[in-house]
Amino acid sequence: MITLIDYKAGNLTSVRKAFSYLGQDSVVTDDPKQVREAQALVLPGVGHFCTTERLASSGVRDAVSEAIGRGIPFLGICVGMQWQFAGSTEAPGTEGLALFEGTCERFQTTLKVPHVGWNRFRRTRQGAQSRLLDGVPDDSFVYFTHSYRAPVVDGVSAVTTYGETFASAVERDNVFGVQFHPEKSGDTGLRILKNFCSAAERSAR
Amino acid sequence: MSTGITKRIIACLDVTKGRVVKGVQFVDLIDAGDPAELAHLHATSGADEIVLLDITATSDARPILIDVVRRTARQLFVPFTVGGGVRSLDDASALFDAGADKISINSAAIKTPEIITEIAERFGSQAVIIAIDAKRKVGGATSGEGTVAAEVYLAGGRIATGRDAVEWAREAESRGGGEILLTSMDCDGTRNGFDCPLTAAVATAVNIPVIASGGAGSGDHFVDVFKAGCADAALAASIFHFGIHDVRQLKAQLQNAGIPVRLPC
Repeated sequence: MITLIDYKAGNLTSVRKAFSYLGQDSVVTDDPKQVREAQALVLPGVGHFCTTERLASSGVRDAVSEAIGRGIPFLGICVGMQWQFAGSTEAPGTEGLALFEGTCERFQTTLKVPHVGWNRFRRTRQGAQSRLLDGVPDDSFVYFTHSYRAPVVDGVSAVTTYGETFASAVERDNVFGVQFHPEKSGDTGLRILKNFCSAAERSAR
Repeated sequence: MSTGITKRIIACLDVTKGRVVKGVQFVDLIDAGDPAELAHLHATSGADEIVLLDITATSDARPILIDVVRRTARQLFVPFTVGGGVRSLDDASALFDAGADKISINSAAIKTPEIITEIAERFGSQAVIIAIDAKRKVGGATSGEGTVAAEVYLAGGRIATGRDAVEWAREAESRGGGEILLTSMDCDGTRNGFDCPLTAAVATAVNIPVIASGGAGSGDHFVDVFKAGCADAALAASIFHFGIHDVRQLKAQLQNAGIPVRLPC
């Protein structure tokens, strides 16, 4: 069972639908108790970084930290991945989980922002054995839509270039994050979500 | 430096009464099939995105068909936009709940522009596409400076607004719109090519992606709209529905012309 964290920003339907297609049961909650007891957690996300403020005020943030401490598989998508960093200049007062160092910043490019559409990723040296990206070759296309991007630091498993190179996936132990939307990235994205389901299954055993 | 991003090919389903239809310059509708089946077919044939527009929701003053949206979204794993008759935050919420990733607003955005900001604040700008149906003004041909005079129309091309397309696109961006879907009413359904000067005028005036629509008839038209038209994405309906053009074949042609596309797909 995968627990999808609802923080009243954006919509969870697409992610839930993708898990359902993969035959994976999921439940949606904003209750810290349910988050604490989850077997696997997903934090989807679209929209503004400040929406994650609600996670702190509702007690979900602490519950997520506790679950991660126990080794529960945790996948952050888009803003959900950015939240795994220290913070974002999009909402300077809002703290992330700081599982990865550095702060997300707006694209510094003359290209159009947001970065919307299909782009490629390639693994970093650290990402060579990524479990999340298992079976998905470098240069596969995935769908992005974001204006802020995470820095390339320790723990980044894949990078993408749009005017500059940024973190498109992170991975450390059972913490995973993707800047792109696997639920909108066709077969490539479904494979990545399936890999997360496998990590969740292994962990539940 | 390589941008990495690819130009998107978007398959559009114009829907009325739950069926996909296609007309010429917004009239003379003919049946083209079931929305869910066609969406799935296009996605597996290589389309980068699917757009479903309920083209008579506004003129019939009725809400969009939620069950059609839900059914179409169920097994669709590429970005899915829904538009037509979105008048309020509640309308938008219902569509997102039914599985839309983005909503497209047209008439309501002109009448009450605050709705753009309202939906963007709740669901993010990336989820809000501003659809602009534009028609060249008589005598409004391209000037030496490249300015293009085109007027914005509402309700599927039935009502003239007096608003300038470029100026409205800028305002829509400033209010929180995430993308512009620009349809040339002059070119729509003709298969004689996109309105490249108009597309370029809008695409260079805003800093958000512009999707060109109306007039696709051949691969060369797509090459033109990405090069001369500076479009970030191009949308077509009829040429895909009737299998005249294979999306992968089209993408191969674009790639050969030096345009980055998602291939293999």
